[in-house]
Amino acid sequence: MATTPEALDKLAAGAKQRPRWLQATLDFCVNRPLGAIGGVIIVAMSVVALFATWLAPFDPLATDYGAMLAAPSGTHWLGTDAFGRDVMSRVIYGSRTALIVGVCASFMGATIGALIGVASAYFGGRIDMTVQRLMDVVISFPIIILALAVVAILGTGVTNVILAIAIPMIPRCARVVRSSALAVREMPYVDAARAAGFRDSRIVLRHMLPNVMAPYLIMLTAFLGQAILLEASLSFLGLGVQEPVAAWGLMLRGAAVEFAETAPWMAIFPGLAISLAVFAFNLLGDSLRDALDPRLRTSQ
Amino acid sequence: MLHYILKRVLLMIPTLIGVAVLIFVLLRVVPGDVVEARYMAQGSQFLSQDLMNLERQKLGLDQPLWKQFTTWMGGVLRFDFGVSMWTGSPIIEEIKLRFALSLQLAVMATVVATLLAIPLGILAAIKQDTWIDYVVRVFSIAGLALPSFWLGILMILAMLIVFKWLPPMVYTPFWVNPWDNLAQLIWPALAVGYRYSAVATRMMRSAMLEVLREDYIRTARAKGLWLKLILARHALKNAMLPVITVIGLEFAFLLGGLVVTEQVFNLNGLGLLFVEAISHRDYTLTQALVLIVAAVFIFVNFATDIAYAWLDPRIRYR
Repeated sequence: MATTPEALDKLAAGAKQRPRWLQATLDFCVNRPLGAIGGVIIVAMSVVALFATWLAPFDPLATDYGAMLAAPSGTHWLGTDAFGRDVMSRVIYGSRTALIVGVCASFMGATIGALIGVASAYFGGRIDMTVQRLMDVVISFPIIILALAVVAILGTGVTNVILAIAIPMIPRCARVVRSSALAVREMPYVDAARAAGFRDSRIVLRHMLPNVMAPYLIMLTAFLGQAILLEASLSFLGLGVQEPVAAWGLMLRGAAVEFAETAPWMAIFPGLAISLAVFAFNLLGDSLRDALDPRLRTSQ
Repeated sequence: MLHYILKRVLLMIPTLIGVAVLIFVLLRVVPGDVVEARYMAQGSQFLSQDLMNLERQKLGLDQPLWKQFTTWMGGVLRFDFGVSMWTGSPIIEEIKLRFALSLQLAVMATVVATLLAIPLGILAAIKQDTWIDYVVRVFSIAGLALPSFWLGILMILAMLIVFKWLPPMVYTPFWVNPWDNLAQLIWPALAVGYRYSAVATRMMRSAMLEVLREDYIRTARAKGLWLKLILARHALKNAMLPVITVIGLEFAFLLGGLVVTEQVFNLNGLGLLFVEAISHRDYTLTQALVLIVAAVFIFVNFATDIAYAWLDPRIRYR
C-alpha cells in the first residue's frame, strides 16, 4: 500500500524539502561523529562569545580588592584572580578574543596563501620558481619565531597579533593549494577560458580558485586550532594581546604561575578553555579533511 | 640520485641567503636599535644624540646597509658570527651553552614522542574502528590541543601539591650531574614530547593502514605467516618511512621553537635567548640565531628527503 503513486510523490516531496546544505550537514554528523562533536563545541563557544555580555556574571575588567584570589564559590563560580577579577567572566570574554584572532588570522593566512598558490601554479615557469623559493624562505622559520619577529616589528595588540599569526600560515597554505592548482591548470576549461581571451586575473579568481576549495577549506580549518594556540602562546609570553583585555593565554601569565599553589583555579580554567577550543577545531578539521579529500582519508 | 642531491644542496644556498636578507631587513625596519634599547634600560633621561652616534659608530651601525650585510655574510662564511651588540661577547660563546640545553631537550622530547607514537599508531591501525582506535585518536588529538606551557604549569602544580617536590630550577650539564640534569629536563621533555607525538601517531596510524592493504601483506597472510611477524618484518619497515620524515621535521622545529616551554620551566635555552635578543634589538645575535635555526631546519628537511629516497627504492627524484 505504501507503493501507491501518491505515497511515492509524498516521499519524493519530503526528500526534496530538505535543503542540500542541511542534508550535507546531517550526513556529516552521522558519518563523522567526532567531527560533529567538534562542531557542537564550536557552535556553543561561538554562542558564548556572541552573548558574553549577558552570560558573564561580572564585568571581566571590574577589580574587587575585597575578593582577591578567592576560591570558587557561589558568587564566583571559578574563583577570582590576583586583582579580584571574576575568572569565569574573563574565560567567557576570552572566547571572544580567541575566536576573533583565530578566525581572522586563519582566514587571512589561508586566503592570501591560496591566492599566491593558484597564481603561482597558473603562471608557472620563472614566476612559479621565484614564488616557491620565497615561500621556502618563509617556511624555514619556526612558526613561533616568525610570529615573534612580526610582533617585535609591528608591536603588540589584537590586530598585530592577527597579522603575526597569519603570515607564517601563508606559505604553508600556498604550497598545498599550489599542488592542487597545478592539476587544475591542465584542465580543458582553463585552456578554453584562455582561448576565449579572458584576463589572467579572471581565470585565476573565477575559474581556478573555486576548484581548489577543498584544500583551501582543509588548510583553513587546520589553521583555526593552531591560530588559537598561537595567540595563547604569544599572549602568555606577554607579546600578544595586552592587559586588561580578557584573553586565555594572558590569564595564565604572571600571577597565575606565581600563585599556582594557593590559587590553582587561575591556572586551570583558562588552560582548559584553550584546550577545549583547540580540541574542537582539530576534531572538526580532521573530519572535514577526511570528508573532502579522499586521498587523505584516514578511515574507510 | 647524485644529481638530485647536488641540485638540492645548491638550492639550499639561495634559501639561506633569502633567510639572511629577510631577517636583516626585518630587523632594520623596526624603529629603535640596540643603542636606544640600552639607554632606555639604563633609564637615562637625556639622550645625547652625539653619544648615541658614537656608540653606533663603534658597532658599525653607521655604515651603509649593503656594507653591513656583506661584512656580516663574509663573517658567516668563515663561521664567525661576530659579537653580540648587547653584551659584547662573541656570539659563538653566547649560543654554545644554550645550544647544548636546547639540543638535549629536543633529543629527549623526540625520544618521548617516538616512544609514544610508534606503539600507539600501530595499535590504532591494527584495531581500526574499535574503541582502542578511538581512544588513541582522541589521546593524540588532545595532545595537539593542550598547550605545552599549560601542561607544564599543571605538571609543576601537581608535583608541588601531591609530592611537595619541585624539579631543580638551575640547569646542570649532563656530564656534571646526570641525575640533576635529567630530573630537571624530563618534565619539559614529557610536556613537549606528548604534544609532538600526536602528529607522528597519526602518521604512523595512517601509514600502517595503507601498508596493511598492500598485496605483499595479503600474500604473507595467505601463506599463513604469524601476524606479529608480518607486522614487524613487512609492515612496520615500510610504514616507518613517512613517520621518520615527520619526526625529523619536528626535531628541527623543537630546536628553535620551544620559546614558551622554556619560559614555563625557567630554562635558559635558544628560545629564551631569541626573545631577549629581539627585545634588546641585538641585531647580530638575532641574525645569527635565526640563520642557525633556519639552517638546521633546511638541513634536516634535506636529510629526511634523502633518507626517504634511499630507504624506498620506488622513489627516485629527478
